[in-house]
Amino acid sequence: MTTAAGPKIQIQRVAKTFSSGRAPALAEVDLDVAERELVCILGPSGCGKSTLLNIVAGFLAPTTGAVRVDGRVVTGPAPERGVVFQEYALFPWLTVTGNVEFGPRLQSRPAAERRRTVDRYLDLVGLRAHADKLPAQLSGGMKQRVAIARALANNPAVILMDEPFGALDAQTRETLQDELSKIQRVEHKTILFVTHSIREAVYLADRVVVMTSVPGRIKQVFPIKLPEVRDRFAPEFTQYEADITRVVKEEVAKVRE
Amino acid sequence: MRSSAVRAVAILGGLVLWAVFTTVNARVELVNPVLLPTPVEVGRVALDLTASGELARHVLTSLWRVVQGFGLAAVAAVGFGVLVGLCVPLRLMAEPVIELLRPIPPLAFLPMFLVWFGLGEASKVAFIGYTTFFPMFVAIAASVLRIDVVLLLRAAASLGATRADLVRRVMLPAALPGIVVALRVGVGLALFVIVGAEFMGADAGLGHLIMEGRTFFNPAQIVMGALLLGLLGSLVNTLLLAAERRLLGGRAAA
Repeated sequence: MTTAAGPKIQIQRVAKTFSSGRAPALAEVDLDVAERELVCILGPSGCGKSTLLNIVAGFLAPTTGAVRVDGRVVTGPAPERGVVFQEYALFPWLTVTGNVEFGPRLQSRPAAERRRTVDRYLDLVGLRAHADKLPAQLSGGMKQRVAIARALANNPAVILMDEPFGALDAQTRETLQDELSKIQRVEHKTILFVTHSIREAVYLADRVVVMTSVPGRIKQVFPIKLPEVRDRFAPEFTQYEADITRVVKEEVAKVRE
Repeated sequence: MRSSAVRAVAILGGLVLWAVFTTVNARVELVNPVLLPTPVEVGRVALDLTASGELARHVLTSLWRVVQGFGLAAVAAVGFGVLVGLCVPLRLMAEPVIELLRPIPPLAFLPMFLVWFGLGEASKVAFIGYTTFFPMFVAIAASVLRIDVVLLLRAAASLGATRADLVRRVMLPAALPGIVVALRVGVGLALFVIVGAEFMGADAGLGHLIMEGRTFFNPAQIVMGALLLGLLGSLVNTLLLAAERRLLGGRAAA
């Protein structure tokens, strides 16, 4: 077992330039995420927040710097880092059950154990009744619940979420935020969560990291000192929203110039 | 159930219409009755040819050519189609060549196949292969292109998939619906063009049987051959559709 001493995720001087001669997409980002912490990365579109997440996931290699998870340098995608994508990325030929047990199946877990895992996480996201459906038969919100269950069922050390609720309508979006918050209270995962919604970030995060626009770097970090169960209309909540909005707006304005 | 009843009625109706029209024509001789064979005459030709074993020989010869030609084309189309669908530089090279070759009616090349491969089996098999390859290849490449492979591969890799898992558990199932549909279209097309291939320089097969009907002025034999091809085509298509549904379950072509 790894010692819980150091940070779970260490992003160390990570920079990314896509083609030489062009401006870097990401310039020297340093960020630590503690175990059981949910950190939201917030910034205007094109600030490199998804690039950063893709580097942590191992889909992209950083131009300089390194990412460590549990002290080990990330060199590619691995099951210790579960990913939830904005586009769901469910396997359309597999049922809900088939998708959720994809990871356990790759590890050749016995059938009985797989069934228990699937039941547990489908219960957690409230989709037990839809276990035998195909993704095409589900709504967007349901698809994303399956994707979350799939990531959790693989028992990763950290979960990376790339604007997971970005494609959903406002109503569904808030419902899923509520559910993720509830899940987090049970599962206590280490989560790196990219979003462009300030409200979403304040609602979910232990810390909100605001990034600058091109090249992306960390502009300011807001620890959110609110109770676990949050009220979107509490004055403290709206105060955080206002503070962060001010900082984000400076960046949006810079892009416009 | 009801739709199959409607189908039966429609087919029966067509037969009755044909029977009435040709039988009346045989009486009043609107056109020379020999040119408009009645169902009975066509049936008699079919019975005679079946009794002598000739019909089975022709059908089997044609089917065997279809199997060989289509089989070769299918292997090539799946291989190249998947490759071209996945590899951008290859696609850029293949596209202009295919766009030039594709609009040429395959029949225009039939004499060339006879020159190259002679009058034997090889020319028929090659011709069917050539004809069915392009549509299958283009459809497979397009269906592979349409899959958001990158996203699904990333999802699978972060769930712990190895390189072999990615091919077996992601790429293959993702490409399967497109491939299956392309293959079904290919078989249909092979049955379609086999006749053309057998019109020239063949001594057996349904195409040859039809041409023989013309040579010996036996319109009933021509009609019988044509109807048999229709029957074979729809039978094969039904079988393939059923196989497709079993293979893909409730999943429509991606």
